[in-house]
Amino acid sequence: MQKSLRQIASGEKAIVTSVTAEGDVGRRLREMGLSPGTEIKILGRAPLKDPVSIRLKNYTLTLRNNEADFILVNKVEA
Amino acid sequence: MEAAVKWKIKEKSTATIALAGNPNSGKTTLFNAITGAHQHVGNYPGITVDRKEGTINLKDTTVKLIDLPGTYSLSAYSQEELVARNFLTDEKPDIVVDIVDATMLERHLYLAIQFIELGIPVVLALNMMDDVRKQNLTIDTEKLSQLLKCPVVETIARSGKGKKELLDTAVSHVKDENREPTPLEISYGTELDLILDDMTKIIQEYHFMTDRYPARWIALKYLENDSQIIRLGRLNNKISKKLEGIVDRTKQHCMKTMKVPPEAIIADYRYGLINSILKQNIVVQEKTRQERIDFTAKLDRVLVHRFGGPILMVAVLYAMFQITFSLGEVPMGWLESIFGWIASTATALIPEGMLQSLAVSGIIDGVGGVMGFVPLIAIMFLMISFLEDSGYMARVAYMLDRVLRIFGLHGYSAMPFIISGGIAGGCAVPGVMATRTLRSPKEKLATLLTAPFMPCGAKLPVFLLLIAAFFTEYKAQMMFSITLFAWVMALLVAKLVRTTVIKGESTPFIMELPPYRLPTLRGVFIHTWERTWQYIKKAGTVILAVSILLWAAMTFPGLPEEQTNQFEIERQAAFTTIQSPAEREQILTDINNLEGQTALRHSLAGKVGTLLEPFSQLAGFDWRTNIALVGGFAAKEVIVSTFGTAYSLGDVDPEDAGTLSSRIAADPTWNKFTALAMIVFVLLYAPCVVTVVTMAKESSWRWAIFATAFNTTLGFGMAVAIYQVGTKLFT
Repeated sequence: MQKSLRQIASGEKAIVTSVTAEGDVGRRLREMGLSPGTEIKILGRAPLKDPVSIRLKNYTLTLRNNEADFILVNKVEA
Repeated sequence: MEAAVKWKIKEKSTATIALAGNPNSGKTTLFNAITGAHQHVGNYPGITVDRKEGTINLKDTTVKLIDLPGTYSLSAYSQEELVARNFLTDEKPDIVVDIVDATMLERHLYLAIQFIELGIPVVLALNMMDDVRKQNLTIDTEKLSQLLKCPVVETIARSGKGKKELLDTAVSHVKDENREPTPLEISYGTELDLILDDMTKIIQEYHFMTDRYPARWIALKYLENDSQIIRLGRLNNKISKKLEGIVDRTKQHCMKTMKVPPEAIIADYRYGLINSILKQNIVVQEKTRQERIDFTAKLDRVLVHRFGGPILMVAVLYAMFQITFSLGEVPMGWLESIFGWIASTATALIPEGMLQSLAVSGIIDGVGGVMGFVPLIAIMFLMISFLEDSGYMARVAYMLDRVLRIFGLHGYSAMPFIISGGIAGGCAVPGVMATRTLRSPKEKLATLLTAPFMPCGAKLPVFLLLIAAFFTEYKAQMMFSITLFAWVMALLVAKLVRTTVIKGESTPFIMELPPYRLPTLRGVFIHTWERTWQYIKKAGTVILAVSILLWAAMTFPGLPEEQTNQFEIERQAAFTTIQSPAEREQILTDINNLEGQTALRHSLAGKVGTLLEPFSQLAGFDWRTNIALVGGFAAKEVIVSTFGTAYSLGDVDPEDAGTLSSRIAADPTWNKFTALAMIVFVLLYAPCVVTVVTMAKESSWRWAIFATAFNTTLGFGMAVAIYQVGTKLFT
């Protein structure tokens, strides 16, 4: 089932299905490797539950929940 | 014959090589390794904004090497990317050496593809090959080179391995006449390709910006909705409108059929191309999991833990104070006694008079007061450099983003704050410059207006002096509280300006957390030395000049003759009438002190200080403090040196008087609340001239002047409040 990245819990894995943001934000998210088909893992969240840190393409990326809303994923069941 | 040919002097050819790559790819480390240039390496995205150049003389070629800012792509998302792109298209270097972190090939090749598309010859440097081996990865360099149609060289920037091969390859690639024709045309799917062809035709027909960029690349940027290119294009409105029309129709079509804008499709095809290359067994994972990644992940489990992370962060900052002060105390004591010795030697050698006064009171006391803090500042810089280069600073930005956002700032604001002195001992000038990483002009402005509140290395001596005089048993605690107070004030003022004069939405936070790396000893020391040397240089130039100027202002005009005679008569009287030697000595010293004070008050600086006194008394500052604070606007270091001069001018016998802090502690016009008011005022009032100029450069003179006036008013208001409340309630 398709969810936004915000709804994925720490430690879980997911596959990116689409990045709905346009303009600069969308472009930056894609440049940082969030393209459809990419597997990501939620590493954790900052002290106030925002931003979130994720692992993809062998590196760690952090972004705010506001940006995470643009990223639609399919959860990978463990 | 052959010998003659050999002796013929060949004219050396030149080659311009641009070093490019993602942030944290080891680009700056490699640049340093090649050129030996002293330059800072940071683990924080986008720390090198300035253009760095180096020249290397090879056997038959002179190479000009340019270190471009680290970029993730060639879109115009950040200032760094724009700088890099403009350099490539406008100055057209002979070749781009793209440094990629070989452990993250997929993402790093995204930039490489764009260089190739732009039509600039590329040499790929596969950096971090040591990490590749540690992670049990193997990379088929040769095959990668064939598929990308560009030379690929393996390097380890930290040890300098591969740098020679890289340079040689780059230079011979520049000279290679058979190299692949560029630019590369990537397919973006039949539909987009057809549209790109149509647009390219129009662009070529009208020579639309083709002197600067390849035609298909311009078409691509229009499709990607690149604001900078479209803005440039609109200078020729007719053709731009035509292209924009095509883009609009394409976008509507894409949104309808695929629910994504064309730029998303373009990015997907780029990654598709990268994956199609990498899938041909370029990267092979041998055996099991990776060592270093596990190390970073393990460390992060603790260092950015929901609860443990912030506690550890505060602990790290607090430990820095403890280490700095316990470690710095010893060499500081040495320097103090060295300058004390120089002063007494100079007093003994130079005959009494103007020259002695200039040398001892003006130069030695003034500059010595500043130089005494060099060990402390060096240790502080050492630790900041270590935290920057290790990768921890990016974690600080990550942990603080949510908090900073409450105050209208951004995670990226953490770095300018810390460089400005957020961990006491920085400098607001590089701090203000570091605000360039902030994309939103509003968040940037709020950050650069408040960063000068931080306790920079130049303010530290003032605090240390006053702490030593009045709160000597709470050194580290006081310094820590001052720093916390600075953060609170910076955040509150940021919130104030973000809800009034610079209102606006917050901008996205999308940041890489680089793997932890043990900073190279060389890198950290070079960085520390550079910053410390700058401090020493400032003490030797600006502060020396201001010290002499202030000394002159505090010496001239001298007392009128009749007053000097009056003091002489009093001295003679005391000499003849009082019998007990001890008592006589005491009275003579008193008379001399009074003369010194009277002379200082009579001088130009004294007059200015006295003029301000009725006003400054509200905060408990006397006329001598006023002189120091006015001088402090030139450079904050001057405050302590002026105190040194003012107090030694008022005291005839500098050798006996003990250190400056005990002189101030003994002065009846000072108490704990005067000291606190002074600390708060120095922390908050107008930034030094150099900072103000930098602020004006980064924003505008209007905002720089605003900060000067606003900060001074705020500082004075707080100082008055502290002094008035303190003295009324507790004395």
